[in-house]
Formats: sequence, structure tokens, C-alpha cells
Amino acid sequence: MKAGPVDASSPLLDVRDLTIAFGDTVRVRDLSFSVREAETVAIVGESGSGKSLTGLALMRLLPRSARIAGGAMAFMGRDLAVIDEPELRRLRGREIAMIFQEPMTSLNPVLTIGAQIAEVVTLHEGLSRSAARRRAIELLDRVRVPDPARRVDDYPHRLSGGMRQRVMIAMAVACGPRLLIADEPTTALDVTIQAQVLDLLDGLRRDLSMGLILVTHDLGVVGQWADRVVVMYAGTKVEEAPPGPVFADPRHPYTAGLLAASPRVGGGRSYRSGPLPEIPGNIASAVDEAGCSFAPRCPHAIASCRLARPPLVRVGEDRVAACPVVNVAEPAP
Amino acid sequence: MSLALDTPASPVAAMRPRALRAFLRNPAGVISLGFLLVLFAMALAAPTLYPEDPLSMVARPFLWPGQNPAYPLGTDSLGRDVAAGVVWGARISLLVGFSAMALGVTLGLVVGSLAGYFGGRVDDVLVKVIEIFQTPPNFVLLVVLVAIAQPSVSTVIFAIAAVTWPTTARLMRAEFRALRSKDFVVAARGLGYGHARIIVREILPNALPPLIVTSSVLVATAILMESALSFLGLSDPNVVSWGSMIGAGRELLRTAWFLSAVPGVAIVLTVLALNLLGDALNDALNPRVSGAR
Repeated sequence: MKAGPVDASSPLLDVRDLTIAFGDTVRVRDLSFSVREAETVAIVGESGSGKSLTGLALMRLLPRSARIAGGAMAFMGRDLAVIDEPELRRLRGREIAMIFQEPMTSLNPVLTIGAQIAEVVTLHEGLSRSAARRRAIELLDRVRVPDPARRVDDYPHRLSGGMRQRVMIAMAVACGPRLLIADEPTTALDVTIQAQVLDLLDGLRRDLSMGLILVTHDLGVVGQWADRVVVMYAGTKVEEAPPGPVFADPRHPYTAGLLAASPRVGGGRSYRSGPLPEIPGNIASAVDEAGCSFAPRCPHAIASCRLARPPLVRVGEDRVAACPVVNVAEPAP
Repeated sequence: MSLALDTPASPVAAMRPRALRAFLRNPAGVISLGFLLVLFAMALAAPTLYPEDPLSMVARPFLWPGQNPAYPLGTDSLGRDVAAGVVWGARISLLVGFSAMALGVTLGLVVGSLAGYFGGRVDDVLVKVIEIFQTPPNFVLLVVLVAIAQPSVSTVIFAIAAVTWPTTARLMRAEFRALRSKDFVVAARGLGYGHARIIVREILPNALPPLIVTSSVLVATAILMESALSFLGLSDPNVVSWGSMIGAGRELLRTAWFLSAVPGVAIVLTVLALNLLGDALNDALNPRVSGAR
């Protein structure tokens, strides 16, 4: 066992007040959330909400111009925000791994997929070349790449996007990580392939009892695969809850707007019933807002929203939201 | 380093079917390669073809080409066999050309990849070093280096490498700069790979095609530089080279022009072949030219 004794009550990953800045511009502010073992946490938000930055910060793969300006990320007894490079290298790929949005460019074009998977297990488990190759075939089989013994010698350009994403997943889970971060893993894929890839991730999460962070803007993905949802807007968490209650009864105007703007199959909508509702304005207007960052776009905003950042408050069983207006007007049952 | 040769993961292997086909479709490249192979064979066989020292006098001076079948390319002012000189000279030209290229490319690759990959202060320092070597005119620097050292084949090789490595360094720096921020490099960092592994296993194979192309042109450049040095009498006086033959024949240009022309043609053909080979390799290895990957 590589994992230390994990207390069932203590989370696998505990992010506290994470702040990420580009120079003086804060892009993620005081973000807190936690992931338990074998739990899927979805981080949802529109482009620019800081959800991908959060994933990169957990891996310490932020672009050079960005830095972690504050907060802590406790993972297996370490703080990911401060550990040094050698320690980081031991963790990456072995205890914590990440898959990216673009399977087309995330694989090295001039190495066979077998060589790329073998590289991971050779590095972290010191396997011999032939053993590493056998592991590569096993892993390809595990991520359900058909005919793995033949596919192992293929170059990435011979594979479809879905197959490449499976190879990325095989590399990420090769050493049985405790935590997997999936940054929009299905955004670049066909809808039919999306479900297969998410099913695969979900199966691996269960089998390896690893924590899974699903960074996405797709609410359909959230509803089906997440145990808990963190809704982010302009770098702050505005609501956190299990997906069921979020969909049934959003407690933040942004979450409500996001849901209203998502078409749902079987929801009785068609293009004839008029355009989908949208949230007016754009997220850029929220940067450096003194009060609630959503206030400029919020239908419920009152004067006090623009003065101070509203705190996250408990609004029910296992859920928090950062909107005093909505939650005072409709108190929790 | 088993990287390039024995693993199926080598980039040349990756592109082999497509690149090889593209290369074989290019007549100039195939002919150049054939010419260079013949030249190599000739240089290797020189001790068998002309066991006599090419500097020794073997016949009447100023035999014109074709005048005596035993000396098809004639003899020079001292009665030395020009054909023997050309064949033995090929040894020196190829030796200097390829050794200087290997040395220069290795140095350029190391400096360029480190500067390009790490960027920042490492890059600043290394770029300054490259610029120091690039500031003086190439040939002046070369002459100074050779003049300071004792002229011999090995000092000429080192001097040419010292003058040409910045080309490779700049090329590799640009390649590594472009490749280091690619998604697959970020993904490799995310898998816990160290810098050395990322540079050698992930980035280098992607940067090889332009390096291979530049190398063939650099061999040609090195051959020209060696010829120029020996023409000026700055190279090793104890060996025959194409440049020194031209230098010796230049005073007789009006009476026995073939003494300069024969080795001159040898240089022209060899350099042309290397350049055409470089072009052909560029077309074959560059997916943008030879069609979609």
C-alpha cells in the first residue's frame, strides 16, 4: 500500500483559502473545498471562472506568470502549495495525476503510445523494458482500447480523439494515484464518446478508490457523475452542494442562471419556444469588483451586494452558498 | 544513449514509411546520396587505390589530364599525381567535414536545448555566449583560432566546430522554446518526469528533423571552410587536401588551370550534393511540405 492510513473522516484533499494570482490580478480567491477518498467532486463554471487554474494549481503546473498567492492544499499529510520540486516529482504521476482537455495534443506525436505508457511505469515503478511493455498492454486493455497488443505500437496520429483520451487516462492511472484531476476530459470529444470516457473514469475511481476532481462546464456531466458540485464564478466559490439539490433548488443566482441557460433533453424545450435564457454581461466585468463578483450581472442584486463580498453560509444539509439576498428571501426549509 | 537507434520510438522510425517514400521520390536527393556514398567508398579505399604517398613525385610534371592513361587527371608542377591527391583529399575533406559537424552540432544541441528549455536567466547567459561567437566574422575568427593553435587536422576540426556551433544552438533554442509549452510537455511534467527526461525523451525527438537537415548543410560549410584554410596555407601542411591543391595550383592558373579546376570541381560537387541532400531531407521530414502527417 502506498497510501498511508487514511482516516475515513479526514478528506484526501483539503484545499483551504487557495488564492491564485497573475501578477497583481487575483484570478482565484480564497477557494476552499475538499475531496474524500473515492469521491467525485465537480468544479463547474464558465470560461475564466478559474476552474482550470485550480486544477493546474493542485498539480503545481500553473503557467510561469501565475503563482499561488495564498492558502494551503493538504494532500496525504503534505501541503501541495509549498512542497519542493523533487517531492512534487515523486507525487506527480504516482499519487496525484491529471488528464487534460485536448487529447489530440497531449500525447507526444513521435513516440508510440506503448512507449509513452511504459515511460510512466518505468519511472515510478522501475519496471524492466519488457515488463513495462506488458503493463502498457494491460493498461490499454483496462481503459478498453480494443486489440491492445497491436495498438501498443501505434503512434498517436493513428488513434481517434476518444482513443487518445483513453491512452491519457491509462498513463494517468498507471501507478494507481489517490487523486485524479480531469480537466474538461470530454469537451473535445463526440457526445457519444463522452459518456464512455466518463463511465471509464467512474469505474476506475471505484476500482482504485481514488478521489476524482472533474473540472467541467457541462452540467449534464455533473448531474450524472458527481457526488458534489462546486460552482465557481470569477475565481470564487459561490455554491457547493450535492448535484440533486443544486439542480432542484439552486441557492445562488449564478447557479440558477447557469441552469436556466442549459438546454435539457426532455425538458419540453425546442428552438420554437424562443431563445434559451442567458446571463447578461460577461465574466470579465467581475474582475476586481469590490463586492459580490456576480452583482453586475445579477437580477437580484441590491445596493449592499456591491459593497462587501458576501460570505459563504450554510443553506441546508451539506450545502453552502454565497448569496444573502436569495437565501434571506427564501429561507432554507 | 539508445534513444535514436534501437528503439521503435525513434522519430526517424516514426516517420520512416512516409519520410522514406517522400525522400525516394526526390531524384536530386537520391543522386546526391549516391554521389556521397561513392565519395565515401573512394575515400575509404584510398590506401588501396593509391598506396603511394600522394605527396610523392611519381611522373613528369605538367602532364595534362588524358595525356598519360596512368595519370588520368594529370600531374602537378612537382610531378605528383592529381587523381591521387583528389582521392586522398576526399579523406581529409570528409573527415574534417563530418567531425567538425558532429562536434559543433553536439555543442550547439546542448547549449541550445538548455537555453530554450529553461529560458529565463539560463537563457540570457547562454544567448550572450552564443552572441560572442557570432559577433566576429566567421572566417576571421576561424583564421585567428587556427593561427593561434598549431595547424593540424584536429585543430582545424575544433576551430571549425567553434565557429559553426552557434547556428545549431540558435536553431535548437528556437525549437525547444516552441516545444516546451506544448500540451504533451505539460502532461509529461504532470506525470512526474524530471527535466532531463523531458528534454531527452519528450522534446528532443520532436526537434530532430530540423537538426538532421542543418547537419548536412553544416558538413558542406565545414568542407568549404577547411578548403579555404588550406588554400591560404593555414591547414596541416603534411596532408593533401582539396583546398591546398587549389592553393598550389593558383600561380599556374594561366598555364595549367586544371590543377585548380580538378579539386575545385570535387569541392563544388561535394558541397552541392550535401546541400541537395539537406533540401531533400527537409522536404521528406517536414510534414508541412510533404503533405499531412
